Amino acid sequence: MSSKDVILGRVRAALRDTPTPEPVVRDYRRSFPAADLELLVDRLVDYRATVHRVAADAVAASVSGITGGTVVVPPGLPLGWRPPGALPDDGLAPDRIAAADAVLTAAAVAVAETGTIVLDASPDQGRRIITLLPDVHIVVLRPDQVVASVPEAVARLDPARPLTWISGPSATSDIELNRVEGVHGPRHLHVLLLER
Amino acid sequence: MTTFLGMPATAPRGVGHLRGDEPFPRAAHTALADGQLRRNLRHATTTIRAKSGRVIAELPDWQELRSAGSAIKADVLSRLPELLERLEARVTERGGVVHWAADANEANAIVTELVRRTGAERVIKVKSMATQEIALNEALEAAGIQPVETDLAELIVQLGQDRPSHILVPAIHRNRSEIRDIFLRAMPGVDPGLTDDPPALAAAARRYLRETFLSTRVAISGANFGIAETGTLAVVESEGNGRMCLTLPETLITVMGIEKVVPAWTDLEVFLQLLPRASTGERMNPYTTMWTGVTPGDGPQNFHLVLLDNGRSAVLADRVGRQALHCIRCSACLNVCPVYERTGGHAYGSVYPGPIGAVLSPQLTGVEDNASLPFASSLCGACFDACPVKIDIPSILVHLRNQAPHPPAEKAVMRAAAYAMSRPRLYARAQRAAKLARIAGRRGRALPPPLSGWTAARDLPEVPRQTFRDWWAAR
Ligand code: SF4
Repeated sequence: MSSKDVILGRVRAALRDTPTPEPVVRDYRRSFPAADLELLVDRLVDYRATVHRVAADAVAASVSGITGGTVVVPPGLPLGWRPPGALPDDGLAPDRIAAADAVLTAAAVAVAETGTIVLDASPDQGRRIITLLPDVHIVVLRPDQVVASVPEAVARLDPARPLTWISGPSATSDIELNRVEGVHGPRHLHVLLLER
Repeated sequence: MTTFLGMPATAPRGVGHLRGDEPFPRAAHTALADGQLRRNLRHATTTIRAKSGRVIAELPDWQELRSAGSAIKADVLSRLPELLERLEARVTERGGVVHWAADANEANAIVTELVRRTGAERVIKVKSMATQEIALNEALEAAGIQPVETDLAELIVQLGQDRPSHILVPAIHRNRSEIRDIFLRAMPGVDPGLTDDPPALAAAARRYLRETFLSTRVAISGANFGIAETGTLAVVESEGNGRMCLTLPETLITVMGIEKVVPAWTDLEVFLQLLPRASTGERMNPYTTMWTGVTPGDGPQNFHLVLLDNGRSAVLADRVGRQALHCIRCSACLNVCPVYERTGGHAYGSVYPGPIGAVLSPQLTGVEDNASLPFASSLCGACFDACPVKIDIPSILVHLRNQAPHPPAEKAVMRAAAYAMSRPRLYARAQRAAKLARIAGRRGRALPPPLSGWTAARDLPEVPRQTFRDWWAAR
């Protein structure tokens, strides 16, 4: 008898005579008004992200204003967004990524209510490793990518892709339960919110 | 004998961290005498309660989300076999390998063998209650493999050769200056001028672990959710150590309790709203990673999922007690518990402390092996109100008390102990009365019931005068 059979047999025995549970009632909020960009900005700032409102043709210049150092970019990032000297990820070794000053990516979805940005590893966001090792992460966000709530974000995302939900820079609550920014992930998160 | 193999089984003795060395009242005795511990706990739990209350108040549909979370979990348990098999199928289709572990021994053997096959002598770990429960670190060490805890609080516990005392913040019993002392003593290469400023402590951990993250080929994690419909696993974290472990190594081994499966992708819309607000009191935790099997060219190229029973089927067999398996390990019930706030987590003896531990540990091990835990509560009900998935902990406690193999007198003693511990004035009165009684040589008689029974059993914790005054004044 395999362990799988043992476990499933135990579970079936444990559930004998169990009545069918009540159906799941989903009367929490599932439809929402249009996302409030001001709320998103407020929530991002509250969790120590830095927000820049920029025109679509000013991305590269804004990035150069944030860092003069090496900026890793995913292979599919729009060419017009890249600052001069950007380092495209063509399978860079981890130590080269770690040595870079910053990483610049697009995003998949953002949630206004929680100040969350989700990456789904599309070509304009890249492998998960590139947004993890540099100390500065710069994310470009289009207004149409912002939803009001978590349920809307879940509905937009494809679980077959690797997903990273990011709410502010790396932080910990492990010392006396106070939030302290900056542990292992990027210690600085900049969001370039494009103008409509 | 196959019918016996199919019977729900409790977690085996002799392995894992579900049983304490001494009963709760005696262990609590030690904790109550430690004024520093109580101050640390009080400060931390007060902070988190306020934060959590604020962000929960922002959601107009908190109660509806709780009800949905509870109903989803009840649905999961009622069709667990089907969901587990679906999860297995989806993970396998996407290039993962699924293993089934009937108990701690089997899980430890599977993981150890998987690590051995990679040839790695060191693994990085992201905080996981399941691997603490089965004492995986000890099993790996016995096999010559070094497990490195990467969560800051786990690191503090590991470097301090200490035991975790909270689900979410295992080093909650340590304050900043104690943490600095531990780092100065045990962290290789630490700056001798390290201060106790929390950002400086966090930066020290960052420096210490960076190289380890980049050079370790195998990671071990737990999982907050495993989605049957898609085969997706989710790990919710803060520091980025989770992302490091889930992204950088070649091989990832995830150990997940069988109750962590959820039916559908959409169900995450409920739990991702409940968990961070109840847990760290944030609208959303800094990082959540979700992955489905293996993604070519991105992240670990070998993925193993170990599904763990270790007593869960026995919990499931109890109609009243099974709702303890709804737990999403947010730790809100610990943070509101008046008994936990005074005794801390170590007194519970198990990796699952506080109210959830008082109902989960005895069920996982069988009540006879954790007989005092169902009494480690005053039944005040704060845990039930705080629980984001509406687990009725007080009712399970009462249910388990009736099963506990204690003579009635002893039951009364422990009930009284817990009752008084949650009410400092009563506790103080009991203590004073006990002292008078001792002076008068009439132990116990001077106390009104139910506290009389407690004194008679000589379990009245003695609190040093100074600490007691602090405590009294602080209320
Ligand atoms: S029992 Fe409820 S409150 Fe306690 S840790 Fe589990 S989910 Fe959180």
